[in-house]
Amino acid sequence: MRTVAVVGASLAGLSAARSLRKRGYDGRLVVIGDEPHRPYDRPPLSKEFLAGGMGEADLALETDDEDLQAEWLFGARATGLDRQTRTVRLADGRSVRADGIVIATGAAARALPGTDGLAGVHTLRTLDDARALRDELALGGRLVVIGGGFIGAEVASTAHGMGLDVTVVEAAPTPLAGPLGETMGSVVSALHADHGVRLLCGVGVKGLSGETRVDAVLLEDGRTLPADLVVVGVGARPCVDWLEGSGVALENGVKCGADGRTSLAGVVAVGDCANWYDPVAGIHRRVEHWTGARERPDAAVAALLSGGAAEPGLPKPPYFWSDQYGVTIQFVGHSAGADSVTVEEGSPDDRSFLAVYRRAGHPVAVLGMNQLRLFTRWRKQLAAATTFPAMSAL
Amino acid sequence: MIPACRLADLPRGEAFRLDIDPPISVFHTDDGEVFAIDDTCTHQDASLADGWLEGPEVECPLHASKFDLRTGAVDAPPAKLPVRTHQVLIEDGVIYVQPSTDAPNLPPCVASRLAGGAA
Repeated sequence: MRTVAVVGASLAGLSAARSLRKRGYDGRLVVIGDEPHRPYDRPPLSKEFLAGGMGEADLALETDDEDLQAEWLFGARATGLDRQTRTVRLADGRSVRADGIVIATGAAARALPGTDGLAGVHTLRTLDDARALRDELALGGRLVVIGGGFIGAEVASTAHGMGLDVTVVEAAPTPLAGPLGETMGSVVSALHADHGVRLLCGVGVKGLSGETRVDAVLLEDGRTLPADLVVVGVGARPCVDWLEGSGVALENGVKCGADGRTSLAGVVAVGDCANWYDPVAGIHRRVEHWTGARERPDAAVAALLSGGAAEPGLPKPPYFWSDQYGVTIQFVGHSAGADSVTVEEGSPDDRSFLAVYRRAGHPVAVLGMNQLRLFTRWRKQLAAATTFPAMSAL
Repeated sequence: MIPACRLADLPRGEAFRLDIDPPISVFHTDDGEVFAIDDTCTHQDASLADGWLEGPEVECPLHASKFDLRTGAVDAPPAKLPVRTHQVLIEDGVIYVQPSTDAPNLPPCVASRLAGGAA
């Protein structure tokens, strides 16, 4: 392999580039990023960076003396992949021909239909999004967050800390029920009320009002929420449009094997855009967590360099964290399919507890609130259990 | 030399945190080795004693950067700077730590707190 192109220059792309060099690949390495910035860390964008406690230099993912001997193309959006010539076409007319390709184009924040061009309406995914939102939050006022998921909840928490009047609107009856289940979703989202942030559940958004700038959020039940600023946190869609017609199989992102290989030889996919096969569960899962974007590229790179001869390991249970209102929330595993959830330590009322999700008596997921030490032990235990073959029969 | 704890009281796979400023943690690895490093992750205010000890490495309990207990080196982001390592001596079953005289690499929030003098 003489040229490898990594398409995507965020955590998954950078991790792939690092793994290529670490695994001895010494050929030409081209990293293509659609944003104008060098790789940066996204989690602080809804927290410390937004609040102003962390600057742009602190977000850098590369170390000062790091040199991957790569050609970096920034502000270069991939628009197509030609399978015959193995060429990545870019929006600016350039193209990169490569023997191996790592797809790491991530996901983009979903917008609310019909809100284009209305000032004061934000999504939060990129550094540029965060800069724009930070500047407006600094003016204060009334913020309505549409979507009670993790991004929405973190923005609400940060904005509340900056003195804004905050309301969160969630279409589902319980926020976070997808990742955490109903019971724990309501426990975690109770943090809003603890801090005087209004949470409206089970009501959809009909639209926004305002001429050039948003002035209110209109709810489907007829209520009107006055707003100086709106943040839309309704999830993300994988950025794989550029692969249409390329021969790379797409299904909820890029459809991949258990080692990140796609339907095209010499092409792997990692990070938020990649829908990897989970051999333990026997289904594909597109995991949108920071930890997966950091850890999985190494397996994909091993598969790419070996032509698929490398034996893929079993996936670690996915792990994510969230910081809201000074509380550290940690979750590992899959809550879907659990038939029970029990609090094993502490108390939800104290906002400090550890809960274990089980299926047929076996732990499948763990949630911690301000329980770092105990959570780490459970996380370790769960990882060990998942890689134990008998578990795959569950 | 600062006495930390008795070796017999620190099972393999466990850590003991010395509450000095900045805190230092002593780790007893599964292989039976004992190491001391700064307890605070260089990325954010998290105690590495609460972390995941595996071989000669400890993984931060928050964001999964791993630190090599032997050298203090960090493997991957979000942390970018190493932690300090400290000399360890075991005498008569007691673990002693000789704190390093190097400047610590504390995360931005902790560093500013220490500089401000307020706890």
